[in-house]
Amino acid sequence: MDFDINTIRKDFPILQLKIRGKSLVYFDNAATSQKPTAVIERMAQYNRSENSNVHRGVHWLSQLATDAMENARETIREHLNAQSIEEVIFTKGTTESINLVASSFGKAFISAGDEIVISEMEHHANIIPWQILCQEKGASLKVSKINPDGSLNIDHYKSLLNSRTKLVALAHVSNVMGIINPIKELIYLAHQKQIPVLIDGAQAIPHTNVDVQELDCDFYAFSAHKMYGPTGVGILYGKKKFLEAMPPYQTGGEMIDQVSFEKTTFADLPFKFEAGTPMIASIIGFGEAIKYINNIGIASIEAYEHQLLDYGTKKLSEINGLTIIGTHKPKAAVISFTLEGIHHYDAGSLLDQMGIAVRTGNHCAQPLMKCMHINGTIRASFAFYNTKQEIDLLAEAIVKAQTMLL
Amino acid sequence: MTIQETKENIIEEFELFDDWMDRYNYIIEMGKECKGIEEQYKTKQYLISGCQSQVWLSAEYKEGKIIFQADSDAIITKGIVQLLLRVVNMRTPQEIINEDFSFLDNIGLKEHLSPTRANGLSSMIRQIKLYALVFKTKEEQKQA
Repeated sequence: MDFDINTIRKDFPILQLKIRGKSLVYFDNAATSQKPTAVIERMAQYNRSENSNVHRGVHWLSQLATDAMENARETIREHLNAQSIEEVIFTKGTTESINLVASSFGKAFISAGDEIVISEMEHHANIIPWQILCQEKGASLKVSKINPDGSLNIDHYKSLLNSRTKLVALAHVSNVMGIINPIKELIYLAHQKQIPVLIDGAQAIPHTNVDVQELDCDFYAFSAHKMYGPTGVGILYGKKKFLEAMPPYQTGGEMIDQVSFEKTTFADLPFKFEAGTPMIASIIGFGEAIKYINNIGIASIEAYEHQLLDYGTKKLSEINGLTIIGTHKPKAAVISFTLEGIHHYDAGSLLDQMGIAVRTGNHCAQPLMKCMHINGTIRASFAFYNTKQEIDLLAEAIVKAQTMLL
Repeated sequence: MTIQETKENIIEEFELFDDWMDRYNYIIEMGKECKGIEEQYKTKQYLISGCQSQVWLSAEYKEGKIIFQADSDAIITKGIVQLLLRVVNMRTPQEIINEDFSFLDNIGLKEHLSPTRANGLSSMIRQIKLYALVFKTKEEQKQA
């Protein structure tokens, strides 16, 4: 399909909104992306004419809902190139996916004296579950340093991998800076020492092709809502050999085989990790979002977003007093910056008055802020429905905010 | 000037503004002009931590009135803080306890006061009221 920005923008009804009388400029895509009509309609159709509980009913509607949900799982499996649907677990989102691994992998494989390696650029969701697991088990958390340009210090990373290391957990793309980590190499280095690797892919998979077999990652966690799907659903991809060896995360309905008061045997993968009624409508909407992405083509999306990133970087760099945080390449379409003498809250409030939505603050990455010696940034994160004209508006708005604040 | 008169004055001042830029320029000017809090109070003890911006607040009780000092690291927050202080400074604890701060809705600043905004302002209002309550209780104990 040809990449026609005008057609694409029409697919996202929210982009027609006026905010304070001005056309919305939505640059907070790394927090959550907008949803195309195809996703909105698919979920509405499910609720109107397919709603039923899945996996247990013998009736017609239940079969319809189950098929729709399992078709979505297959669409997602194919998108990831996972070996089988057994490796594709539905969760609430990236945070729950990581917590699931921390809890279940932790129970099976982590004990006193072990080490878990993360990095300084992680989102809190990829720090705190490991911190708590380490506290519970008497294990220790090792933090791989980053370089001043925001890239991971690979020599330091290598030096942390040893026979005590039981897991590595790293971001594919930094949520603050957009920097893309060389995860294939990082996974390879860990595997040479037989250490499994979890990748937090929340900020990567909306923007680039992810092939879990090619990467050879052991776990890959991400959320639907950052890739044009609904909130409340995410994926944990896990290699079957690990998922089989891990105990269930939560227990209840949908995840059991036989239950008596003496003993319960658990269902097979992936259902073992999916206790309770799932977010059926959202899962079906998620499948639709992936079809929508594939219809445009992830390579076209990536190429267009790269143009936006290059244009935005050039345009914003021309502004006096503006410093981009994280300059290492390659990057996803995220520009985090500070303005000399201006607090990020003030800048964000004025940009909001001008109809521009950006994220300000520490972006749930306080340790990274500390490393970079800043207390927060203003983050503009792009999606393939944004335009260069919108970046021009952002640049003008920043200059206007500077005039007002300085 | 009574607390009511001060609020009416502020609302009148804001009615003069045609658009958001005038309104914000006014708040920014107030933030810039304000000398803020004395350095000795810029400590953890007086800090009201917001995720976005931070506010420091101290309070003194003199002759039945409360004197607040406050500051923020963000200039817009600091300007709004000054606006709040104009209303609550040199008031009795009871006056502050009775105040609902709804006048802020009338001047287009409601969004900054949302607890979910995490800029420290809604926590600051809570803290101002708490100080008032503490001073009132102490006063009553003294008289009892």
